[in-house]
Amino acid sequence: MKSNQNKSAINAGPNEFFLGVTTFFPLVFAATPIGLLFGALAAQKGMSPLEVLLMGSFVFAGGSQFLALDLWADPLPWLTIAFSTFLINLRHVLMSASLAPKLGHWTPLQRYLGFFILADEVWALSEQRAMKQHTTFSFYLGVGLTLFITWQVATVAGSLIGAVMGDPSRYGLDFAFTALFICLVMGFWQGRKTGVVLAASGLAAVLTHKFVPGAWYIIAGAIAGVIAAAVQYDDNPNGLQKSAEALQ
Amino acid sequence: MTSEIFAVDPLVLFTILAMAAGTYLTRIAGLVLTKFVTFSGRTEAALQAVPPAILMSVVAPTAFATGIAETAATAITAVAALRLPMLAAMTIGVVSVVVLRMALAVI
Repeated sequence: MKSNQNKSAINAGPNEFFLGVTTFFPLVFAATPIGLLFGALAAQKGMSPLEVLLMGSFVFAGGSQFLALDLWADPLPWLTIAFSTFLINLRHVLMSASLAPKLGHWTPLQRYLGFFILADEVWALSEQRAMKQHTTFSFYLGVGLTLFITWQVATVAGSLIGAVMGDPSRYGLDFAFTALFICLVMGFWQGRKTGVVLAASGLAAVLTHKFVPGAWYIIAGAIAGVIAAAVQYDDNPNGLQKSAEALQ
Repeated sequence: MTSEIFAVDPLVLFTILAMAAGTYLTRIAGLVLTKFVTFSGRTEAALQAVPPAILMSVVAPTAFATGIAETAATAITAVAALRLPMLAAMTIGVVSVVVLRMALAVI
């Protein structure tokens, strides 16, 4: 009871929720074409709109959903699809481990339910928020639910109207996903050191993608970037900042 | 028509649930991990790099190994993202990839 009062005072608040919604809002324009594209491709593979909705709601991870479509065949190779999904989503382990200490006062229930919708964009915006202050559950929910609803509406709409839309790459919409992620990456830009991290992870990812089948390139790139950051670590410049943080 | 919209194949449903189970496992794994491990100093600096490194890895094959148009558009998007709001930078990126693809097709 007593801890509950404490937490709700920090976590609740429509302002934080609304801030989450507005922070996500520009991404609606990126997620919608990607969702339409996914729905259209899923329809071509013979998925019904309800099946598209079920996959979007339960899996809610765009990259692995596209990967699954890539592998979709008759008979359905469910084991290959499930394992590839697990592999491509292994990055979520790093993502949740990175975000978990920055959450502020979340209850265990909020953590375990909330992380069900920890998609790339939700996580990236929560991380950016955490650079200023702890990410509240309300903010997280504002970001997450906006993407969740956008994704389900767009994918189901895409599966219904996909046939008449034609080839989305004609309008450059296949690049929207890449452009979105580049913008998210640049949100973390802090100068030359970030450049070295990005160069290392980009190079490792490209090479691994070229020579190793499957989704290992994401793990390889992440590890290379992390190593680049560890090598560049310097005690002194961060020392002042560290002690300032410790005092808070 | 309505029956087609609401059709759910049992094997498709099973595949979706298998995908969902694996995905949820990876999403909560970090919550469990951080209970047992604490990070500081160099390790913390390394973990700070996780977000940009992962995002970079996801897009790198498309951004740098698809074609000249995609690579150039990636660079344009990145520069634009440093100065402009996200939506504007994304629009510039998508428009530039279309223009570059058309220009390269002509050449």
